[in-house]
Amino acid sequence: MKILVPVKRVIDYNVKVRVKPDQTGVDLANVKMSMNPFCEIAVEEAVRLKEKGVASEIVAVSIGPQQAQETIRTALAMGADRGVLIQTDADLEPLAVAKLLKAVVGEEAPQLVLMGKQAIDGDNNATGQMLAALLGWPQATFASKVEIADGKAVVTREIDGGLQTLEAALPAIVTADLRLNEPRYASLPNIMKAKKKPIDVKAVADYGVDVASRLKVLKVTEPPVRAGGIKVESAEQLVGKLKEAGVL
Amino acid sequence: MAVLVVAEHDNASVKDATNKTITAALALSKDVDVLVAGQGAGAAAGAAAGIAGVRKVLHAEGAAFEQGIAEAIEGLVVPLMANYDAVLFAATATGKNAAPRIAAALDVSPISDIQEVVSGNTFVRPIYAGNALETIESSDAKKVITVRTTAFGAAGAGGSAAVESVAAGAATAAITFKGAEIVKSERPELAGAKRVVSGGRAMGSADEFHNVIEPLADKLGAAVGASRAAVDAGYAPNDYQVGQTGKVVAPELYVAVGISGAIQHLAGMKDSKVIVAINKDADAPIFAIADYGLVADYKAAVPDLMGELTKAGL
Repeated sequence: MKILVPVKRVIDYNVKVRVKPDQTGVDLANVKMSMNPFCEIAVEEAVRLKEKGVASEIVAVSIGPQQAQETIRTALAMGADRGVLIQTDADLEPLAVAKLLKAVVGEEAPQLVLMGKQAIDGDNNATGQMLAALLGWPQATFASKVEIADGKAVVTREIDGGLQTLEAALPAIVTADLRLNEPRYASLPNIMKAKKKPIDVKAVADYGVDVASRLKVLKVTEPPVRAGGIKVESAEQLVGKLKEAGVL
Repeated sequence: MAVLVVAEHDNASVKDATNKTITAALALSKDVDVLVAGQGAGAAAGAAAGIAGVRKVLHAEGAAFEQGIAEAIEGLVVPLMANYDAVLFAATATGKNAAPRIAAALDVSPISDIQEVVSGNTFVRPIYAGNALETIESSDAKKVITVRTTAFGAAGAGGSAAVESVAAGAATAAITFKGAEIVKSERPELAGAKRVVSGGRAMGSADEFHNVIEPLADKLGAAVGASRAAVDAGYAPNDYQVGQTGKVVAPELYVAVGISGAIQHLAGMKDSKVIVAINKDADAPIFAIADYGLVADYKAAVPDLMGELTKAGL
């Protein structure tokens, strides 16, 4: 079984983002970038499925600037077999990304697409669901456990209030939640080996897909800053302050 | 413009998250209809009809709706969109699961987690874990929106909308429901609670979490939350997690016990009205946003606080 794993290059999750003074966006110049944490979890799960003998090939795909090759190399070092980069400097919306991924699915014919539940930059939580709709495939989002057998994926999902288990007929889309697994670190020998694995570089134009923006960002602003608080000396003083504030 | 709100309900009543989504919908249009899809959900449809501002309630019956199966909701909502300019979901697990699927089927860009309606096509939403707000204008003819419910008040009672039945299409065989494990709780629901008490890694064990955080929450009539560290360590169930990848809360009072205040946690609670932090590390980032900070070991501070609350008549 072939697994396709879409991965995204995003600002490192530990970086405190700064909004540009002209309100056109977030300052990404000279900021550390990494693979989106949820994408790492998806790659890890794909690699584990390969180690179990369920998957035969893992293809990592990224859509982004030339530097997104580094993100694909990270996936290759973790255990993916080869990469596809659709190179573009445009910041594509989930709709456009889903359409491009649909085209990649058409070429690669995977049985499973494993991806993160959301990217920590746009926080949209949409691409997986949209890809599933465009392909007419079933979806199992926010997965915390995945079992593949007999042409089916049995997926435990994190829902409000607890867990839900669904059975999806393959081919299907699964999006990874935090608790699906603990991603491995790529070892130095694997990082070296990953340099020899192939990455196919494509352009958006190769796919003949409409990627026009539907959403125009008018401005990006700082959220309101909380007024500084005070430190209290004791629980007694704390309860007094909470009463004054009218929340007790 | 006509707007459809897809309700979340427990078959008897409509959830608070949906009431808040209706408020967001009313900011878009006066013509707001509510879709109640479920199994034996007649009472919930009746309850939705009683919400102020609702024009009409559409009621659909089917087992897959009760399980929140996105494919089934897509099959129901997409044909209905011939009559609507926008469809709104609460940004809950169910809403986030279904809305983008519907957007793709309609070939529109979904608008996730809005916290403000600026106009019929312009919205404000948080990005980068709430560290920036983007104002976006949609050029799509139809809008598919999920609503950050903590940013909107609940719509009131006093409506008298008509209830109309709609037929549900055939369920897809490609996805089947196998079961669910729902955490039982007598406490208020985390996302809608007026008070929240959260515990972090400092608890050190599930027993300690249970013995320290839960009694304090019960004393305050609060819901229980947790940081990711506490959840990952197994001290608290997953659905207690507050943060970018867990639940977003904005209660009147948020008490963080033994939580350092990582960016991802703050994303889920920094819009709370009053934030209290109890932490023995005076340099913990949580103190930068806490209204009242108590630098102390929770082992001494929480029992003291319990005592003072008792004295205060709680």
